[in-house]
Amino acid sequence: MRITQGCFSFLPDLTDEQISAQVEYCLSRGWAVSLEYTDDPHPRNTYWEMWGMPMFDLRDPKGVMMELDECRKAQGDSYIRINAFDSTRGFETVTMSFIVNRPKVEPKIRMERTEVDGRSIRYTHSIVR
Amino acid sequence: MNDETVAPDSIDLRAEYEGSGAKEVLEELDRELIGLKPVKDRIRETAALLLVERARQKLGLAHETPTLHMSFTGNPGTGKTTVALKMAGLLHRLGYVRKGHLVSVTRDDLVGQYIGHTAPKTKEVLKRAMGGVLFIDEAYYLYRPDNERDYGQEAIEILLQVMENNRDDLVVILAGYADRMENFFSSNPGFRSRIAHHIEFPDYSDEELFQIAEHMLTDQSYRLTAEAQVALREYIGLRRLQPHFANARSIRNALDRARLRQANRLFTASAGPLDAVALSTIAEGDIRASRVFKGGLDSERKAAMAGVK
Ligand SMILES: Nc1ncnc2c1ncn2[C@@H]1O[C@H](COP(=O)(O)OP(=O)(O)O)[C@@H](O)[C@H]1O
Ligand SMILES: [Mg+2]
Repeated sequence: MRITQGCFSFLPDLTDEQISAQVEYCLSRGWAVSLEYTDDPHPRNTYWEMWGMPMFDLRDPKGVMMELDECRKAQGDSYIRINAFDSTRGFETVTMSFIVNRPKVEPKIRMERTEVDGRSIRYTHSIVR
Repeated sequence: MNDETVAPDSIDLRAEYEGSGAKEVLEELDRELIGLKPVKDRIRETAALLLVERARQKLGLAHETPTLHMSFTGNPGTGKTTVALKMAGLLHRLGYVRKGHLVSVTRDDLVGQYIGHTAPKTKEVLKRAMGGVLFIDEAYYLYRPDNERDYGQEAIEILLQVMENNRDDLVVILAGYADRMENFFSSNPGFRSRIAHHIEFPDYSDEELFQIAEHMLTDQSYRLTAEAQVALREYIGLRRLQPHFANARSIRNALDRARLRQANRLFTASAGPLDAVALSTIAEGDIRASRVFKGGLDSERKAAMAGVK
């Protein structure tokens, strides 16, 4: 099942050239770019594993693309995403995030319904491989 | 750009030179830096080469990115860092680096303290330098022949690899004293073969140093009285003979201290209001108070030691 999280995830996967262009945009806005990976794309799994430190002071997307290559070599069968952090006072948050790598076989996300308090329903999701 | 663009059949080099902004950078170099004729000539040659190379690429005659890594050799304060900045600007205008910034580092920025520390440190620096120029000051400190397990070797290997594989992404400039750099290249032939341009920075003459001083002062809206000019010329002659002389940097430091003394003199001595002339004039005494006239720092230390005994 194709996981849709972050920007562009309803589009076909971005090519490296397109990823590089997006990173160029992030850097032009002064955002710090970082890489994260996980094998658990559950929507509640907010914090993925960090691949190295966020990259501050970069001027050119090539530095990010080099890290992405390294990350793919080590974690090629995981989800990898690129985050852009906006340090502007009052924002101070991840402002853009998009998936740049997916495992060959993606897990499914199943929704479970539990009846509670009579006819009320609680929903929860779990990953099915 | 797509590959199907038809190659033009002629190129106007003069127009390329002016249109690219390379002309501006070279003029700036001429204007802002005193002396350095051999360096300026070499840079002009390099610019010509790159312009022609670019034209050849446009006409489909060349495909490879030329090797642009350089070495700048010369004593401290001869303008290596300053020229590297201009070089980054030039390479950017000519389209050989995408962003044109300069990342200036020394051994400590590249080499780690323990196993596994060096590679991430070097890569961090390389990532920052992508799209620009990486300037490695006193590059020979990367190589410590007396210690074969020195972590510098790891940094050297990563650098050599990137200098070879990422020629489109960054230009590396190695800088330092000429003789040590020569040794460094002899023991690391990999660097020598990857560096196409060697530029030597000569020491400045006394007259050039004086002009540099005037240039720096004008930039900061200061002027010297006629007597201060004489004192400064004497200062330059004496300072050169004393230890740790660093060409233009010594001059910059001397002027910083002269400004300090001038401010102190104005503050303690003046009673009434001061006009712009008083505030921007450096007098003879502001220069002559320097210990350079008393034999320099070392003779002062010796005197202090003798006093103790
Ligand atoms: N030719 C020159 N004209 C004017 N100022 C110069 C010149 N050469 C060096 N300087 C000044 O001297 C100082 C030291 O120069 P720098 O480029 O750092 O030398 P290096 O890197 O060779 O040690 C800088 O402040 C620079 O602006
Ligand atoms: Mg320097």
